[in-house]
Amino acid sequence: MINEIVIAGFGGQGVLSMGKILAYSGLMEDKEVCWLPSYGPEQRGGTANVTVIVSDERISSPVLNTYDVVVVLNQQSLDKFESKVKPGGILMYDTYGIHKKPTRTDITVYPIDATEATIEMNNSKTFNMIVLGALLHVRPMVTIESVLKALKKTLPERHHHLIPLNEQALNKGASLIK
Amino acid sequence: MKDEVTLMKGNEALAMAAIRYGADAYFGYPITPQSEVLEKLEEEMPWDTTGMVVLQAESEVAAINMVYGGAMTGKAVFTSTSSPGFSLMQEGVSYLAASEVPALLINVQRGGPGLGTIHASQADYFQACKGGGHGDYRMIVLAPSSVQEMADMVALGFDLAFKYRCVSMILADGTIGQLMEKVVLPEQRPRRTDEEIRKQCPWAVNGRKGMRPSNVVTSLELDDDKMEENNWRFQATYREIEKNETRCELVNVEDCDYLITAFGTTARIAMKTMELARKEGIKVGLFRPITLWPFPEKQLREAAKNVKGILCVELNAGQMIEDVKLAVECKMPVEHYGRFGGNVPTPDELLNVLKEKLINK
Amino acid sequence: MEMNDIIKPENKVYSAPALLNQVHMHYCPGCSHGVVHKLVAQVIEEMGVTEKAVGISPVGCAVFAYNYIDIDWEEAPHGRATALATAVKRLWPENLVFTYQGDGDFSAIGTCESIHACNRGENIAIIFINNAIYGMTGGQMAPTTLLGQKTATCPYGRRPDLNGYPLAITPLLAQLDGTCYVTRQSVHTPANVRKAKAALRKAFENSINCKGTSVVEIVSACNTGWKLTPEKANKWMEENMFAKYPLGDLKNLEDGIQR
Repeated sequence: MINEIVIAGFGGQGVLSMGKILAYSGLMEDKEVCWLPSYGPEQRGGTANVTVIVSDERISSPVLNTYDVVVVLNQQSLDKFESKVKPGGILMYDTYGIHKKPTRTDITVYPIDATEATIEMNNSKTFNMIVLGALLHVRPMVTIESVLKALKKTLPERHHHLIPLNEQALNKGASLIK
Repeated sequence: MKDEVTLMKGNEALAMAAIRYGADAYFGYPITPQSEVLEKLEEEMPWDTTGMVVLQAESEVAAINMVYGGAMTGKAVFTSTSSPGFSLMQEGVSYLAASEVPALLINVQRGGPGLGTIHASQADYFQACKGGGHGDYRMIVLAPSSVQEMADMVALGFDLAFKYRCVSMILADGTIGQLMEKVVLPEQRPRRTDEEIRKQCPWAVNGRKGMRPSNVVTSLELDDDKMEENNWRFQATYREIEKNETRCELVNVEDCDYLITAFGTTARIAMKTMELARKEGIKVGLFRPITLWPFPEKQLREAAKNVKGILCVELNAGQMIEDVKLAVECKMPVEHYGRFGGNVPTPDELLNVLKEKLINK
Repeated sequence: MEMNDIIKPENKVYSAPALLNQVHMHYCPGCSHGVVHKLVAQVIEEMGVTEKAVGISPVGCAVFAYNYIDIDWEEAPHGRATALATAVKRLWPENLVFTYQGDGDFSAIGTCESIHACNRGENIAIIFINNAIYGMTGGQMAPTTLLGQKTATCPYGRRPDLNGYPLAITPLLAQLDGTCYVTRQSVHTPANVRKAKAALRKAFENSINCKGTSVVEIVSACNTGWKLTPEKANKWMEENMFAKYPLGDLKNLEDGIQR
């Protein structure tokens, strides 16, 4: 099983760190993983995207043109990546600020109200974990336990008290899928 | 810590592998897309653990000269930079080569010419393999195509540099530098003691311990005959390296009709292209040089014996293709496909190119 | 008295330093380099640090310093001696590490490395020979060439509107937090030679004891480049060079720099 994923949005939305946690979660399950950011001066505010591959087999190219899963968090990224979902693949997007919805019918589209859910959780930093929770609900490529293990591994000790909050966010995300 | 699988960026793997190797010093100047090397080293504070020196220099010119100064003392010294920075270092590289001192240099390439872009490129192939500085010299050029190889090539680069008293270079690119993958770091080795260094490098400049005769390392020789002799000695070393140190990876070459040649990031992309092609029943093989200099020409000639054509894919306007053509003596069509300016081709893009340029021709 | 009576060991009042190789120096008669080389050899010998000494020679007249003083040497690319020295001293912290540079090497092409090594407080000694001209390449203008002074590249005299002003870099270095000892000396009289020797000793001790960066500028004569006899060159130096580059200590922190 191979999961070729791109996550795209504004810089500062936690796109890169969401990808990183997903990759680490794959590592926890001894899967092959890679994480390739679009790096550059657009670190704050501009568009940011990251390719994550979680696979049971050796990964050849970290550079891809089409994806099994596309997660987009703003209109710009939706416009750019809708066409890059493989037929039969998944397109997930945050509904906030989207005025031009996706039109493809050969893929499964999941609109999620992630920004709204973040406001409900009263903590803007939970946004990317909410999105990840939703993603893993529709495509359980790694378990939530592995995500929590990954968080424990990647977060500095002083932030470990935030792990329960992250778990809540993951669950909240899962609940957004109807 | 043994055999622990971790996830890190290629640039970070370079830094960690150097500490584990027991490197004595790093001197460098920040430049995108390789600044994580220095950042990681500063974060790790190896001066407190292994005793390794880490210093942010005032420029790439200063950095390469610090490397030069340190290398002449027999210590294992390295630097890293990206393309414009490596251009600045060329004078120092020439001096290192002329002085026959071992050093490891890393170029995580970005797109040029000029200030160019901060994204991946392979446009410094000529500069690395054909001598970017003045004079007749060569460097061993290693081309990693995974984060694991970024880590492994630090030790390999240092070992070869000390074996031949020459300069080793890791020629990576922005994509491999920024890419995060699984990596197993080498075990921590202790740094050599000063005594071990004196024994291993009797030529080194580090004080006349025991009142031994003085050592002088210089690249200057105004006697033309002696300078010619020096050049012959350099060339003899290079021939020896050519004989012993070519490395490459061959994938599916046994039955292939078409061969893709690529290194670094493009080799990874081409690997996927090969997979896609084979799904369509097109027999594609991959030839990936691991040493760009010395170029594995014999291995390529052998691998290409029965192919109908070769596609050379690079992030430049056509540099390695010259070595590919020389190796196969132009006995079959050799086509080039390059992207530059920081752009990277996708696997399906390469498959289309392969069909267009070779298969459907 | 016979010759052999005179050269008995007990009559010996002076001998060449053992570290000074018995070879012909390529320096012109009247040049200051020979004297400074002798002082360097003497001081290293007297300090007993031959086994720890590493010199970095420049590009310029002193490029072959390694042929004359019998210690370990690295020969640097033009201007980069302090970068090399930085690495050597950091990697071999117990060593005496010094650079030997001319005005072009130290204060033109190498200005960046010079200032930053001093500013980092590298524990090295810098011997800076300032003779206001490029000797080796045939007498071209140096950054330290005086206004009105004629050289091959300012044949009608240095003009500020065309060539800018002479650069006194030493006072600038004295202002940096990394320098512990900055001094200007000369070697044109026996008294000055003695003072210069004491300065070199202090600078070398500072390197060994890791007190910060020491800069010993030697205001020097280049009679060939100046197209004067050695005697007249010394006089010209006293009258003109010392006005722009006055001798004496500019900074001396006995306890070294604060870290």
